[in-house]
Amino acid sequence: MKTRNYLLPVAAAGVLALSLSACAGGGGGGGTTGGGGGDAAANLDGRGPITYVQGKDNSNVVRPLIEKWNAAHPNEKVTFKEQTDQADQQHDDLVQNFQAKNANYDVVSVDVVWTAEFAAKGWLQPLKDKMALDTSGMLKPTLDAASYKGTLYAAPESSDGGILYYRKDLVPTPPKTWDEMMGMCSIAKAKNIGCYAGQFSKYEGLTVNASEAINSFGGSVLDKDGKPSLNTEEAKAGLNNLVKAYADGNIPKEAITYKEEESRQAFQDGKLLFLRNWPYVYNLATTEGSSKVKNVLGMTALPGKDGPGASSLGGHSAGMSVYSKNKATALDFLKFLTTEETQKFFATQGSLAPVLTKLYDDKELVAKLPYLPVLKTSIENAVPRPVTPFYPAVTKAIQDNAYPAIKGEKAVDAALSDMQKSIETQSK
Amino acid sequence: MATELGPTPVKKPASGGPEIHHAPKGVGEDNVIASQGKWASWLLAPTIIALAVVIVYPIISAIVMSFQADAGLDPATGLFTEGGPAGFSNYVNWIAQQCSSPDGGTVACPPGTLGSQFWSATATTFFFTVVTVALETVLGFWMAMIMARTFKGRSLVRAAVLVPWAIPTAVTAKLWLFIFAFEGIANKLFNTTILWTGSEWPAKWAVIIADVWKTTPFMALLILAGLQMIPAEVYEAAKVDGATAWQRFRMITLPLVKPALMVAILFRTLDALRMFDLPYILTGGANNTTTLSILVINQIRQGFNVAAALSTITFIIIFLVAFIFVRFLGANVVEQQTGASKGKK
Repeated sequence: MKTRNYLLPVAAAGVLALSLSACAGGGGGGGTTGGGGGDAAANLDGRGPITYVQGKDNSNVVRPLIEKWNAAHPNEKVTFKEQTDQADQQHDDLVQNFQAKNANYDVVSVDVVWTAEFAAKGWLQPLKDKMALDTSGMLKPTLDAASYKGTLYAAPESSDGGILYYRKDLVPTPPKTWDEMMGMCSIAKAKNIGCYAGQFSKYEGLTVNASEAINSFGGSVLDKDGKPSLNTEEAKAGLNNLVKAYADGNIPKEAITYKEEESRQAFQDGKLLFLRNWPYVYNLATTEGSSKVKNVLGMTALPGKDGPGASSLGGHSAGMSVYSKNKATALDFLKFLTTEETQKFFATQGSLAPVLTKLYDDKELVAKLPYLPVLKTSIENAVPRPVTPFYPAVTKAIQDNAYPAIKGEKAVDAALSDMQKSIETQSK
Repeated sequence: MATELGPTPVKKPASGGPEIHHAPKGVGEDNVIASQGKWASWLLAPTIIALAVVIVYPIISAIVMSFQADAGLDPATGLFTEGGPAGFSNYVNWIAQQCSSPDGGTVACPPGTLGSQFWSATATTFFFTVVTVALETVLGFWMAMIMARTFKGRSLVRAAVLVPWAIPTAVTAKLWLFIFAFEGIANKLFNTTILWTGSEWPAKWAVIIADVWKTTPFMALLILAGLQMIPAEVYEAAKVDGATAWQRFRMITLPLVKPALMVAILFRTLDALRMFDLPYILTGGANNTTTLSILVINQIRQGFNVAAALSTITFIIIFLVAFIFVRFLGANVVEQQTGASKGKK
């Protein structure tokens, strides 16, 4: 009997400990308040110290900026609350603090794909009427990504778009359309290297790449009302391009394991003719000692059906919490974040793509960041990733079905109709 | 185990008696016991309160949440509204894999929803558990046997064996991710072009290999503790009687180490059933490597209440497994022990 007595409590304690870890995430989820109309109308004239919340400040742009603001506004000082560098953790931290109606999370930096969710939960102050922001001169796709149901909920802070990198030494004129690019794959075959790669591992990057393929050929994941619209010829043609290229070997088979870094590494090692990636690759590919493409790096807009393709949009916006006590100060700070001077500082100091159109033609900036003209085309043609409060479910539906489709394990039709059905059952 | 094997072989006089500690004085005995009882409850109170706060409360609140619907979208305003009571629908979502259809009824969850993955995730979790625990037991036993011997550099071997266990799982996962990359060491070493994280069985084996590498030392350590409880005289006696090495292993080592082994297997099984970080980082749950814990975490991002239902289901599954272990396998151990002690008398 001794053993029994000993084992039972041990087992019970073990199970309790396990369930505890499982429950910890759910503990705070009790109260989701809709509306928030009362909170949104309060404290509009409040002035005083505020807090700015953002993920890890890797390139040290936020602190100097806040110092500058604080010097000019001694009575309305901004404190910087730095989160981790993991997007998921930043998201969960914001959710917890909004649920707790934390008045100290005055201005928060939100990823473009979270804006709709936070807006629908009633956590973000609508930037209209008294709280309106001057948005002239901002790139339209960045405003679309920060809007929900036609209302702007956050100030575009930084942007990002996909770029097609290519080998200048092997490709004389960069391709403008997808078919042109596929036609050039014979060059890659002759050199015995892979032709094209993006990010096809099953994660957020696959959503980005699959949406780009669909949007570039005239399809869309969601229609204007936020309803899925994937059972179309255009969407089929778009996704089919990736499927066909993978089956043909134009996309090398290992690309199914690529995230951003793996694909960059393959391109830098000279194993790819074309690469779809973000602007950050430029600096690394031209300066890293091991890079074999240092002097032959070409950049152009993503290829589409008849012209530039539709990039997915990245970047962050700055939103104001409805629970903030000092909204007048918060609004001033949002305006400060989007001034030409601040945007220029973001670009030069942190390589963050500006949200103001005219900075893309700024000679000084272009000299420092040569990809800006290409990025401008990319962002101007960009389509925000599906703007929906159900983004986690939508991105999951895309990933789970695009992944087997690209690998050739699932027909394109079935993949698209399952995406459609999955999104339908989960967005209500 | 300490209560079981500790006193018998090693310590000579301790078996003398439990009553020596507080010599009773006859008259004040009742008072002493009463005040001790009071004292004991006061001393235990902080622990009980702490347990209630960190264990009982979360479990109950998770169960309550699991009967609430997640917030839904009001089509007119585009804002979320409170979900209200949900009955068992959150559980139906998982166990029957029924999702609500746009017209109000329910349909089988289409691929691409989390609901459609419940049974496959359960199967994957149990597959990982059975395979990894089996491999870890065999390898761990072998490592423990080696470590139990006396040889030159034994402490060095012991320390070296523990290194994988000392590395945080997230780091281990990243490490193996590099090893299993297409251009990684595994493919280079064996001159293969396997997409380790890009197809189903290689991905599963990648997770299993990494998990076995990481947790075998834990198994070895627990078994080693059991091995060291076995007195050397028993082996010597067996040798004198002419028992072969295999007989000594089967008749002496195995039965005597069994209680320690059972606890080690129980711990590892419960641990493996909640496997999360390794597959999450290594494969992201792709190619049928999604475990129940990964499913819970993914669901938390989509809706807390449905996730609470799933974590309650996971809790029940793990509890059942633990119960079966103690009830059946543990009972078996008990019978053998009592049988043995009867024999002694």
